[in-house]
Amino acid sequence: MKEKYTIGKFIIHLILIAGIVIVAFPFIWMIMSSLKSLTDFYDFSFLPKSIDLSGYIYTFEETGFLRWYLNSFIVAVVVTVSNIIFCSLIGYTLAKFRFFGARGIFILILSTMMIPTEMLVIPWYVLSSDMQWVDSYWGIMFPGMMEAFGIFLMRQFMGNVPDDILDAARIDGMGEFKIWWRVAMPQVKPAISALAIITFLGNWNAYLWPVIVTSTAEMRTLPVGISLYGTSDAGGIQWNTIMAMSTLTVIPMIIVFLIFQRQIVEGIALTGTKG
Amino acid sequence: MKRVKWLLMGVLASMLVLTACGGANDTQGDPDKTTITYWQYTYPSKVEEIEKIIKDFEDENPDIEVIAQDYPYDQYQQKIFAAKKAGKGPDVFNIYFGWVPEYVNREYIQPIREEFMTEQEIRDYYVDFVEPNKVDGKYYTLPIAVRSLALFWNKDMFEEAGLDPEQPPKTWDDVIEYGKKMTKLNDDGRYEQEGYGWNVAGQGLHMFQQVMLRQFGVEPYSEDGTKVQFNSKPEGYDAFEYWVNMNQKHKIGDPDFGNSYNEAFISGKAGMIVDGSFRIGDVQSGADFEWGVTTLPVLEEGGLESNYASYWTNAIASGVEGEKLEASEKFLEYLIQADVQKSWMENVGELPAAKEVVAEKSIKEDPVYGAFVRGLEHAHATFFVKEDKEREIITNKVNEIRLNGKAIDEAFDEMVKELQQVRDEYFDEVSK
Amino acid sequence: MNNNRKTLDQMMTLRTRRMLIAYAFLFIPVLFYLGVRIVPAIQALSMSFTHEGSSVFTLDHYKMLLQDEVFWISVKNTILYVVIVVPLQMLLGLLIALGIERVNRFKWFYRIVFFLPYMTSIVAISWVWRLIYEPNTGLLNKVLDWLNLPVQGWLTHPDTALISVSIVIIWQMMGFCMLIFTAGLQVIPRQLYEAAEIDGAGRWKRFWMVTFPLLNPTIVFLAIIGVIQTLQTFTQIANLTGGATGGGLGGPLHSTSSVVVYMYNQGFRDYNLHFAAASTVFLFILILIVTLIQFRVLNKSYKL
Repeated sequence: MKEKYTIGKFIIHLILIAGIVIVAFPFIWMIMSSLKSLTDFYDFSFLPKSIDLSGYIYTFEETGFLRWYLNSFIVAVVVTVSNIIFCSLIGYTLAKFRFFGARGIFILILSTMMIPTEMLVIPWYVLSSDMQWVDSYWGIMFPGMMEAFGIFLMRQFMGNVPDDILDAARIDGMGEFKIWWRVAMPQVKPAISALAIITFLGNWNAYLWPVIVTSTAEMRTLPVGISLYGTSDAGGIQWNTIMAMSTLTVIPMIIVFLIFQRQIVEGIALTGTKG
Repeated sequence: MKRVKWLLMGVLASMLVLTACGGANDTQGDPDKTTITYWQYTYPSKVEEIEKIIKDFEDENPDIEVIAQDYPYDQYQQKIFAAKKAGKGPDVFNIYFGWVPEYVNREYIQPIREEFMTEQEIRDYYVDFVEPNKVDGKYYTLPIAVRSLALFWNKDMFEEAGLDPEQPPKTWDDVIEYGKKMTKLNDDGRYEQEGYGWNVAGQGLHMFQQVMLRQFGVEPYSEDGTKVQFNSKPEGYDAFEYWVNMNQKHKIGDPDFGNSYNEAFISGKAGMIVDGSFRIGDVQSGADFEWGVTTLPVLEEGGLESNYASYWTNAIASGVEGEKLEASEKFLEYLIQADVQKSWMENVGELPAAKEVVAEKSIKEDPVYGAFVRGLEHAHATFFVKEDKEREIITNKVNEIRLNGKAIDEAFDEMVKELQQVRDEYFDEVSK
Repeated sequence: MNNNRKTLDQMMTLRTRRMLIAYAFLFIPVLFYLGVRIVPAIQALSMSFTHEGSSVFTLDHYKMLLQDEVFWISVKNTILYVVIVVPLQMLLGLLIALGIERVNRFKWFYRIVFFLPYMTSIVAISWVWRLIYEPNTGLLNKVLDWLNLPVQGWLTHPDTALISVSIVIIWQMMGFCMLIFTAGLQVIPRQLYEAAEIDGAGRWKRFWMVTFPLLNPTIVFLAIIGVIQTLQTFTQIANLTGGATGGGLGGPLHSTSSVVVYMYNQGFRDYNLHFAAASTVFLFILILIVTLIQFRVLNKSYKL
């Protein structure tokens, strides 16, 4: 690593720091609020008067928080793995194969993004109800197993993969499936990492569909669980509990992000074009 | 290559396992028992209380199993809607009384059978305002508890403003006078502290309809619920103007202050609010000042007292029949009995709905709930046809006055017209 | 002759084989999309032409829709959201991504902080934003007051509510754009920069000659995804304007209502799913047209 300290870099640091102060402020306020007692909370001040963990204690002692955590984790992991595999495979096929109907299929998949989820909730519920998927993991997961968003992302990135290296692999007698996995996939590692982060997050924070499709307390995901405490007619909104739960919800996200953002950077090394 | 295959197989296998182990919880249960499902929205103390009641009920009725499920309030109606679309749903559910007409119209719920409780029995058992809950001359639901409004006041703020902290306002003019003393505005007219948590979308619109209009001598709706009568007398407009001017002219409070009126009160920045008994829990756990609760003010001392009542109520879903219907009725009967109502008040904070319980001295003079129970005697419930839409109309009309400077009389006329339109549409649909 | 035919056959089979592989790869996904998305969408389309409980064709819902003032306000707002949010979130996302690329230290730290808003659950953070926006005692007005600038009503006034919601959306989404841009910057081969440098291109020129053209697929992607997502904005509006203060989603006075908020109110509050379906169809057509135009204008390396 060659380090060059220039005035230009220093200014960029300054601008970035100013940016993060503004961007992180509401987030830090949330964490601060989670450390307040309820009376302290209603002071609406930034810093807590004294550290009070009652929101966290309530979260762990009185709610099914750990179970919701597990549910969200299972759902997010399975859906993310499914999306990485299917979206990259479909995106690769759409970008690198020429066949009748390619355009039509791409438009079809893309157009599914144009119908708001809010409208699909009822048909999905009817389907789940007929198939006995209500209140199951599969019920929560099935609509998101291959997001059109991910297919589109992978198609855009797969298009950048040079045809030469794919053809070279073919001449070497590699199978098509293997070419996709061994040759094309490493080329778009940064995009896969980005897709993984975004899919994981989207499912970790998904609310409307999980709330409709789950019935028992055991099957709730984190956002559904948190929303139980956030309605004005629910008798005693415990804001400190909500803030505590939301803070705890972000932690695994940060870990997932840290893992995959390293992959994004490592992508350079793998494509063999390190500067 | 091997790794891919394993990964793919792993995903597929876990999908299959997950599909197999989940699902179909709706109808699980002991085959020898009649199983019924009960739905409610999540209100932690209610959920706990219902669990206890179900346990006792199942001990008494070993042949019945009750499965209780709860959903976040925000998505509760959507959940019912989705389930009904799929032809599923609970056998008994807890719904807001304002939804009853719509649910009857959509054939979600069935009337209480004569064999179970006759109309006369229901009328004798409950306090009077359960009456508007009748649709097409039939009762569809039975509540456990009801809620009424009362005035909360912050004794510390009273003292600070030089008012007697033990003397809450008796009339609305007092509210304005005390409110002015406690309100602090800064140079550009923004509130630093408000005297009264004036609002529309909270309880304000109900207070205007069922308290102020009546105290000004106007019956808000016709007896059959078809007509909006706010403007049947000139006093109706006076009531509206009086209410809106608390905000517009006297500036004793603003709905945008402190996130919401109740949060402003709990944070010690609003001197008085009108709210329901369900707020007591919030105030007890959040407020760090001395406070009191008293019955709602009147127009002039000795004048007409009035109050607004609302309640969550229990209905049997349409299509439930045979053993399940009998089990559901047994469960309902158990839910509404006097003992349950009493422990409900203690643990949930909603007031008893049965006449005999309300009349008990210990209940009427309860230091916290007494003010609310006494309010019940003069309480009216509104016959809503589309509760959310009606609320939105009133909120929007007041917002046009506040934010766009619309004349109060113009907004009033439009409001009456639009509210009437919602009712006309509903009764049109019903008569079809 | 014989030889020629053989190679032709081989070529044919190769092409057919590759086509068949493509179809095999796409078979399950296409079935999935048909079942989970397309069929429900067609149901919605057919619902929009009937009344509940009848199968008689009608245009009533569309007539009502076109006459409803609130619907047109929602359409106007939705377009405003797109115009305000999409360019700003992309520009900020790109600047942050480029800035982080340029520094050598703390890259991961900057990335994570700028990405934090996108990770945070909207319920809790909306409450914080409402507190910041609160017009009487809120932080933002205190700052304005201190700078001697006129204070605003923010979420509570129709003139500023839409902007206030947009700021929160941009705040959340620019981290997302930054992440995708970062991925896009990584796949640009370094040799190209080196070649440009040898050619004597300055930093600015290198950006316009190398970075920008090679970011085209990323830009196309973000612009299209951004527009589609923003045209469907719902969650942020619901959380920032719903509840005790607004009286209804999309307030005050419908000033923040989007087409999806309108649809949601119609479908789930007024139980008029068939009417809601009509607004969905309208939205679908709107998104489709905008997306096709975007592909035409933005796309250089792909044809749709």
